[in-house]
Amino acid sequence: MTATTVAPPAPAPEKAKPLAPISWKAPIGYGVVGLISLVLFGLLPADGQDSTFVLSTSKDFFTIDPITVPAKVTAIVLSVIALVLAGISWQATRNRRKVGAWLPVVFGIVVVLAFLTWADAGKSSPLPLTGLLQGSLFLAIPLVFGSLAGLLCERSGIINVAIEGQLLAGAFLAAVVASITSSAYVGLVAAPIAGMIVSALLVLFSIRYVVNQIIVGVVLNVLVVGVTSYLFSTVLKADASTFNSPPKLPTIDIPLLSQIPIVGPVLFRQTILVYIMYVVVVLLQIFVFRSRWGLRLRAVGEHPKAADTVGIKVNRTRVRATLLGGAVAGLGGAFFTVAAGLAFGKEMTGGKGFIALAAMILGRWNPVGALAAALLFGFSDNLQVVLGIIGTPIPSQIMLMTPYVVTIFAVAGLVGRVRPPAAEGIPYVK
Amino acid sequence: MKLELRGITKRFGALVANDHIDLVVEPGEIHALLGENGAGKSTLMNVLYGLYDPDEGQILVDDEPRVFVGPGDAMAAGIGMVHQHFMLVPVFTVAENVALGHEPVKGGGLLDLAEARRRVKEISDRFGFDVNPDALVEDLPVGAQQRVEIIKALSRRAEVLILDEPTAVLTPQETDELIAIMRQLKESGTSIVFITHKLREVRAVADRITVIRRGKVVGDADPSAAETELASLMVGRSVSLGVAKEPAQPGDATVKITDLSVIDAAGVRQLDAVSFDVARGEILAIAGVQGNGQTELTEVMLGLQAPVAGSFTLDGRELVGRSVTDVLRAGVGFVPEDRTIDGIVAEFSVAENLVLDLHDQPPFARGVSMNPAKVLANAEQRTVEFDVRTPSVHAPAGTLSGGNQQKVVLAREMSRPLRLLIASQPTRGLDVGSIEFVHSRIVQERDNGTPVIIVSTELDEVLALADRILVMYRGRIVGIVPGDTDRDVLGLMMAGVPLEDAQAQAATHHTLLGEADLEAEQETASPPPAPVASTPTPQPDEEAGE
Repeated sequence: MTATTVAPPAPAPEKAKPLAPISWKAPIGYGVVGLISLVLFGLLPADGQDSTFVLSTSKDFFTIDPITVPAKVTAIVLSVIALVLAGISWQATRNRRKVGAWLPVVFGIVVVLAFLTWADAGKSSPLPLTGLLQGSLFLAIPLVFGSLAGLLCERSGIINVAIEGQLLAGAFLAAVVASITSSAYVGLVAAPIAGMIVSALLVLFSIRYVVNQIIVGVVLNVLVVGVTSYLFSTVLKADASTFNSPPKLPTIDIPLLSQIPIVGPVLFRQTILVYIMYVVVVLLQIFVFRSRWGLRLRAVGEHPKAADTVGIKVNRTRVRATLLGGAVAGLGGAFFTVAAGLAFGKEMTGGKGFIALAAMILGRWNPVGALAAALLFGFSDNLQVVLGIIGTPIPSQIMLMTPYVVTIFAVAGLVGRVRPPAAEGIPYVK
Repeated sequence: MKLELRGITKRFGALVANDHIDLVVEPGEIHALLGENGAGKSTLMNVLYGLYDPDEGQILVDDEPRVFVGPGDAMAAGIGMVHQHFMLVPVFTVAENVALGHEPVKGGGLLDLAEARRRVKEISDRFGFDVNPDALVEDLPVGAQQRVEIIKALSRRAEVLILDEPTAVLTPQETDELIAIMRQLKESGTSIVFITHKLREVRAVADRITVIRRGKVVGDADPSAAETELASLMVGRSVSLGVAKEPAQPGDATVKITDLSVIDAAGVRQLDAVSFDVARGEILAIAGVQGNGQTELTEVMLGLQAPVAGSFTLDGRELVGRSVTDVLRAGVGFVPEDRTIDGIVAEFSVAENLVLDLHDQPPFARGVSMNPAKVLANAEQRTVEFDVRTPSVHAPAGTLSGGNQQKVVLAREMSRPLRLLIASQPTRGLDVGSIEFVHSRIVQERDNGTPVIIVSTELDEVLALADRILVMYRGRIVGIVPGDTDRDVLGLMMAGVPLEDAQAQAATHHTLLGEADLEAEQETASPPPAPVASTPTPQPDEEAGE
């Protein structure tokens, strides 16, 4: 030791510190989309066509006349705004500043409006903007319930990929019970029970027998498809008038509120299922983050051993949360039959449970976030329907892909760095 | 509150972790439970805390037999525990963590966070903890997290507080603060069970000492007992408390690190322009509290992470930007900090684990297949050479004890001719026998002329092995000092205090444990080491220094 001479640790002179490489993903994305919008919707189409937007319905307090705009000019103006936003993003990225959430939201609205202007150009039928939003909310219902169900389970540490099965089971039981009792409301009460049964199987295998939760979830989805399809082909087909002709939930107008232009009919001219949805989102937002129940729920999903050492029963908390989640998903399943006024059909949920899972992730395991993400997916779903009706230059098969493409891009591009509950998917065994 | 354990026995399969253990903790005493890693201390405390059911035996609180089904029961009986791995939810605030499990509520089950904050504040003020109730736990340094754990226990009116290896993550100064807190708690009537394997600390604070070895109580000791006496009681034979090593004969500096910087995905600068050299035949120890960039440094050197800037050359060859395979082929041996995750493949046999890095090279590979005979022969030879105690070389490596797993890792890494050995936490969680073995092999490697880098959060280990010590804090080098630097100076540097300030502070204000060191040294009639001179004074050998 004594042989070494130790140089005094001179403090390193201040010099330019190396910085992390800048990620140009966001501004490039905005720029490309903005340019596509400018060329495709603004520059290429023929001049002299008009687009018309309808903003109110006849039942409103005061009606707003449909707005007619010159398509080409409007699309160009909107696309230029989008490119300006891309420029702001580029500038911010270069200076290593963060931009708020407003930028992607405004950018999205502007590009969608440019797209709608182009899609409606020269069409005789005006574009019903209110109807588009109303339908978006309608189609978002199962996604909202599904993502809230996923959130409840995952916040407690149980991964629930059986949302699809829970929606389908809820849809099935709601249809059958509503048909037998001739009451849509009784059907609505039955739906959560079906979801809870699926959840009970999920917790039985994943907690009691410690089976991989994702595998159990996938198997349950297949099981529910099999059971409901079998019963559909045998019992429901044999006597459809008794078992599979559910009455539709009536639309309830909330007085005054429903007559506000644009927003009123969208939010307050809906079935009771939508009003329940509002209540569930608000309650969960408050209770998950501000109540004793929520604190324990999250503790169990983040650090189960810490929860155990302060006397919280980890697995009991998980079972309860998962059952509650199943009930919420089952209720969402009622959308497909009693709320939509349709008979039950094989595999009628069509992958909505998986999109709900994506909405939960995009919403960062947060009820209000999940609502916003579900609305985005609902909008893209409905856009495809509405454009199909008014007729667009795009082939319908490609339009059908819209909701799924939007889901992939939203989850891959917008999610960024999110942190799921630390203990999700990990069984707690003492 | 008087606490008594009577004849506690806990078995895990064939292993008897606790064998008829008796322990009495009197009200208001600090009772040390001394034993080496794996002696069964933590198992006993988990039984007491209701986490394990004992197979036999009784727990008596104030002479009343009690049965604890879960931690809730133990807490209700007035027992609080600060676990070695903190039981805190990182994404919760301090107030939320303290409230968890007995939350104050307003109407409708909503949390009363104001009340929760008030509770934290009250206890924090009473003991001078200075903890912000609204801080997120993950943002707090470990010392503060430990105080949160203590607040958590006290807010549940714990009368007996169990501290499981509480000093493992602290700097000497933080340890000092903890000792002061323990004394303060004792004054206020709380009994403390202090679990540790560190003799120095036991002697500083304990009123009584119970020594456990291999699951049995082997005796009680008085805090005035000599360290060597306690050590031999703990280990079951006489042990030398230091590492026998000759002064280093440093050669050329073949390892050069220049301005290495790492920025993680969250934008945090984990390594900040780190530069140092290591010479052939010397051990450079990197000291610092866990999480100050040591892991990033070793991973960058091995090629597991990419730095944003800087270079690492070995024998003049640049290794930044090369694959892990290239780095290993260049002669770097690497002992990872968590052997169970990164060191071995638990399901693979000992023989397979011994050739993990060489399985595709002759003689172990033969074309596309492996040569089992050579692999077995290698295993037989290495297990003997490195004293790996295993029923057979075919046994899964995960079934071995921690010490033997680490010997497997060392045997593998040292089976190639090395140009650099990097060992992270080489003796964490090992028993004394294994520690001695690992240390002697590392010193032997140094004496063969290999540059050695040791990363350790244990100051004892750093002081035992190092020829030079590099102290890291928040990704930066605080200073590089001689291997015989005063532990108080090192402790202050680990908290980010620059060398000169650390020397000045340590000279005027010694920690309790540092003072104990000084006394021991004065008894052996050597000059006190503080303040550290720029020309190091010759030190008596480690045994006397301890």
